[in-house]
Parts: sequence; C-alpha cells; structure tokens
Amino acid sequence: MHELSLAVEIIEIATNEARRHGNGRIQAVHLRLGPLAGVVQEALLAAFPLAAQGTKADGADLVIEKVPLIVYCPRCRAERQIGFEVWLFCPVCRTPTPEVRQGREFEITALELET
Amino acid sequence: MNREPRMVQVRQNVLKQNDMVARALREEFRRSGVFVVSLVSSPGAGKTTLLEKTLAGSQGSRRVAALVGDLATENDARRLARSGAPVRQIVTGTVCHLDAMMVRRALEGWDLSALDFLFIENVGNLVCPAAYDLGEELRVVLVSVTEGEDKPLKYPPIFHGADLVVITKTDLADAVGFDRQALRKNLEGVAPGVPILEVSARTGFGMEEWLALLEERAAAARTV
Repeated sequence: MHELSLAVEIIEIATNEARRHGNGRIQAVHLRLGPLAGVVQEALLAAFPLAAQGTKADGADLVIEKVPLIVYCPRCRAERQIGFEVWLFCPVCRTPTPEVRQGREFEITALELET
Repeated sequence: MNREPRMVQVRQNVLKQNDMVARALREEFRRSGVFVVSLVSSPGAGKTTLLEKTLAGSQGSRRVAALVGDLATENDARRLARSGAPVRQIVTGTVCHLDAMMVRRALEGWDLSALDFLFIENVGNLVCPAAYDLGEELRVVLVSVTEGEDKPLKYPPIFHGADLVVITKTDLADAVGFDRQALRKNLEGVAPGVPILEVSARTGFGMEEWLALLEERAAAARTV
C-alpha cells in the first residue's frame, strides 16, 4: 500500500503548481492513470483526502481519468487497445504483444483553482 | 463564491522525482562499471536465499555487494554478510517498497567502481515496487513454486516490468504439485517473451545458469 505516499506526492506537486498560479485553493486535481502504473485507484482515492488535510488542497476532488492499455501488434503492424488488462496479446490476431505503447501513465494533467 | 474554478494545465509525472534520481543513479552505475540487479517478489519467495548463494558463488571471482530492504530488522543483512560481501540493510520503517532516494542514501560512501555487481533486494511485495525505478540494469522478479501458478495474473504490473523471471524452490515442485506449464503460460501471457529461469538455491539446481546469465548481461551492458 504505497498510495498514501503517492497521494502526498500528488499534493506536493499540486500545491507547488498552485503557488505558481496565484496560490489559490485547489478545488480539484486531475490525474491520468494507466492499468500498468501499479497504482490501486480505490486506495489512492481513499488516501487523497488524508494527504490533503491542512494544505491548499484540503477538501479537493481527485478526478481520475483511466487511460486504456494500448499495445503494438507486430503482426498487424497496428496499435491495438486491450480491454482486459492482464493478457498482452492482439485482440484481432492473438499475437503476443510485449510492446506497450500506453498504459503506464501516472501523471497530473490539470488543477482547478479557486478564483 | 460560486465562481467557476480556473483550470490550469500541469502535465507532470507523479513519480518524477523518483524517476530523476533513478536516472542519475543508472548513469552513475554505468560510469562506475557496476552491474546492478534488483530482486523483487512476494515475502518468502526466496530472494535472500538466492542472494546468499549468489554472493557466495561469486565471491573470489567477482566483487559483489548487496543492499537489502525490509520494514524492520537487520536479519537479512546479517545473514548475507556471512558470505563476506559488503552488505547494507535499508530499514524502510512502514514503507512497503524501496525508492530511488533510499537507494541513493544507502550507497553514500560506497566506492561503486570497486564493484562488479550490486544486488538490491526489494521489500517483499508484488504490488508497490512496480511503480519505482531504482536505477537498476536488470529487474528480476522471483516467483516460488509454492505460490500458485496464477500469481502473474493477479499482479500483472510487476511481472510486466520484469527483465527476467526466476522460478524458485524447484526442489519443492513435486511436493506441492507445481504446474510448470500453467505458470509459464501465465507469465508469457502477461509479459510476452520474458526470459524465465528455474532455480533451487538450496540444491544448487539452475544456479550455474543464473550466474552465467548475470555475467552475460553484465558483459553486454559494458559494451554498450
């Protein structure tokens, strides 16, 4: 369970960014999260309000955009989206697809700041 | 009140700090000519035993050292130090994984250029270590025959990030009814093409192959 330390990290980045933009209260933090990032969404959502306590982000929402897993199929020579995140093979031709093009994302994309 | 909030675009990797430190470590390791291998597994999969035999097997011919992470106790470091290799324990407190900053701190004062191999044993955990780059050259994920063949399906990110998978405790395979084909099929499904070794550190089975693979990878890294 490393989600609390990740939440602390998110708050730190968010408050630093907010400081550069007028230092207002943070109402929401937007995040992109891929299935291979190794982060449990529920645990992160639970940890976030705790990490936010006493900061500019106290009471802020954490808005998570789930990033789909996209692999490259060497046989089809095309990028394919995988619905079920465990088995890495092309959903069209079933060729194994070790090359992950998207799915490890764990990044802050935007903040909503009080005006 | 009730005014529309202002949207500010950020786009910043949450683990940026860790990744930056890891990148710096990796460069330092390469400059120093030390090949760094990390070991990750669930608790009790046999990381320390494999490491113990690896240190003992390479002492004399190679200059090896180890960092070992645990929440508490220095038991592993004491156990490994018997090999004669320099060993440092990282006690993480309540933290469930090693990060690059902990590794950097633990390495302070060590002359890396005096080493051929450095092993980093992560905290026993198949979830959290997946997110943290430690600057290692080779990330080895261990899975023991006693754990159940569906481990890769339950914890895909860690297996997906593996450079090598070592199946441990093969001396117990028959006793626990281990299904080799099922585990290999699941590994191939989650991490297509990942190299797999089978080892019993206790009997020595597979150890020669493991040590040879380390030598081979280290030699390949030096020529890059």
